Amino acid sequence: MHDTSQAATLPIADDTRDRGGPMQPLLIVEDLKKHFPIGGGFLRKAPSVVRAVDGVSFHVDKGRTLGIVGESGCGKSTTARLLTHLIPPDAGSIVFDGDPVGPYGGITVADLRKQMQMVFQDSYSSLNPRLPIVDSIAFGPKAHGTPTRKARADAEELLGLVGLNPRQFARRYPHQLSGGQRQRVNIARALAMKPRLVVLDEAVSALDKSVEAQVLNLLARLKEQFSLTYIFISHDLNVVQYISDRVLVMYLGEVVEIGDVDDLYSAPSHPYTQALLSSRPSMDPARRRIAPPLTGDPPNPVNPPSGCRFRTRCPLAEPICAARAPELAALPDRPGQSVACHARGVGTGHSLSPAA
Amino acid sequence: MPASPALSRQPWLPKRWRSTGSRLEALVAPTPAPAPVPSERILHVEDLGVRFVSRDGDVSILNGVTFSLDRGEVLCLLGESGSGKSVTLRTLLGILPPTARVSGRMDVDGQNLVGASESELRRVRGSKIAMIFQEPATALDPVFTIGHQIGETLVEHKGLSWADARARALQLLELVQIPSARQRLDAYPHELSGGLKQRAMIALALSCDPKLLLADEPTTALDATVQIQVLLLLRELQRELGMATVFVTHDLGVACEIADRVGVMYAGRLVEGADVAAIIKDPLHPYTQALMRSTVQAGMRGKVLDAIPGSPPDLAMLPPGCSFAPRCRHARAHCLAVAPDLIRLPGAGAGHSQRDMRCHIHGDEEAYRVSAPVTA
Repeated sequence: MHDTSQAATLPIADDTRDRGGPMQPLLIVEDLKKHFPIGGGFLRKAPSVVRAVDGVSFHVDKGRTLGIVGESGCGKSTTARLLTHLIPPDAGSIVFDGDPVGPYGGITVADLRKQMQMVFQDSYSSLNPRLPIVDSIAFGPKAHGTPTRKARADAEELLGLVGLNPRQFARRYPHQLSGGQRQRVNIARALAMKPRLVVLDEAVSALDKSVEAQVLNLLARLKEQFSLTYIFISHDLNVVQYISDRVLVMYLGEVVEIGDVDDLYSAPSHPYTQALLSSRPSMDPARRRIAPPLTGDPPNPVNPPSGCRFRTRCPLAEPICAARAPELAALPDRPGQSVACHARGVGTGHSLSPAA
Repeated sequence: MPASPALSRQPWLPKRWRSTGSRLEALVAPTPAPAPVPSERILHVEDLGVRFVSRDGDVSILNGVTFSLDRGEVLCLLGESGSGKSVTLRTLLGILPPTARVSGRMDVDGQNLVGASESELRRVRGSKIAMIFQEPATALDPVFTIGHQIGETLVEHKGLSWADARARALQLLELVQIPSARQRLDAYPHELSGGLKQRAMIALALSCDPKLLLADEPTTALDATVQIQVLLLLRELQRELGMATVFVTHDLGVACEIADRVGVMYAGRLVEGADVAAIIKDPLHPYTQALMRSTVQAGMRGKVLDAIPGSPPDLAMLPPGCSFAPRCRHARAHCLAVAPDLIRLPGAGAGHSQRDMRCHIHGDEEAYRVSAPVTA
């Protein structure tokens, strides 16, 4: 299920939609940006800008799961919406299976959405309260030209696949289901378009622990069955560790660290990642946390600090951190793990910078 | 406390409030005066039941909750949504909607509050019992400054003048480690970040030094790095001030950080209660065991999670027997028919205290032993 060898991703090759082959990353994102203007207007001072996502780059390999973690306001949900173009990005490029997304060559946004679907956190507000769930699931395929009868039959089959008996549940309305059941419906709806990439934005965060485990098991099974690739966004560090192959850590709209899940969790390199991971409760009443790893809240993304955005809370901050923003660069001893920190980069001028 | 010029300046105050500085000194440094009796019972809840009665039906939310709490103790109520943990807190504070029918008994500092009049409750709220809510953004009043809201409580309950109340509010904000507290006194709730709002909420709750603090998921809405700060602050304050605390959470990790004892709730009943270490190391109730197995923890990568089948029961249609029996892998026919009583098990192993338990497996009923297993 979570086999880390490359061979595990190969079965996708018989998918006719696979254009790039197994070694082509399914999704490459370069320098994605979204700045929201706030305030301002006629005869008023110039609007200020929330730099919600500011130069985010990453790639997702086929058949793998990328976890995105960070605190609220760090831009992880905006990133998810930019990927599916629910919010148009201000800048940056998205390459899906080798095809650039956009008006010039490559594939269109509509084509992209057929292959990339999303599951949201709030299971209730993301379903139409006036449609029986089977119609909600069949809606997308019908809009894309599938005959009604076939779309509905497919929807019933999908309901069965996510663990809801279609004869019992198909004609029910969202308010007649529990939170866990509704989230299963949302997953079925995402799968109805036969996507290759599913973006899960806090998809299990609103569920109770016992139901969360059921949905995580379901996600793992479906990934196997349909050769899916996931982008899994969550603030729950344990869940991200459980489900992800690679993990990306965001802070105030920027990527601060990305790496394989085991490396990142066992040896976090960025001071923020270290603090975030050690903020988890200890799970052992005999060894409780004594001091919080960080003080204060994340700063306002409207006017982020100059240079490195984490420097105001960072125990390693030096003048260089205020002067220059660090670049995301691979660690010298661990090429699979990239960090944006002057204290970890070679020749940055920070007193802790390792020798070249 | 030594007589001082302040005493002559505040002749209108009751004698116990006339002090040199503010009452907060008593908060910050533990009172040297009479040492508290080690096991002073602050709260005793006996067979507490809550039903919501309306035209649409009669839903039983709490079905006989029993626990007690000593001074300086922290009890964590752990459970999923709908298990009745928040309703328990709201019942203690008497802030249920008018459709609620409360039965049983709850003694707060020796006074039974079931059936107490609104004016009695008003005196108790704030001064003896205070509550911290999950969403500080909705619990604080958006049209008044933080300083005003804390001051109002002090003027109302302690009879301070507004000037004194403001001075005390400032000290309270410093106590909960709000940076540049003097400016924040005049800030409106929307001007504060989530972590600061929750700190202000804590300051408000502590303003009349309550004997019993109720905390309803106070850190759930906060980010990880802020959650641990607020949690450690609460633990520190609780220890310094010696409040009895009921802390509601659905997060096992949070309970591990703050609890002395844990009560696990399911469908309006306390199914297991014991010391936190005993619950974590050696859960005995099948629900507690299943909950821990299904919680994602570090090092479970790649394994299929051992989830609890089904979903929590509909409280309007509770099964006649044990509420957990339909999802329980140890269930027998007897479990489906008869609800288990609360029993008290003696401490198992060295240093373990006794534990409360609602499960036939740990009871000694003949009927359970002879009944047939149910395959769920």
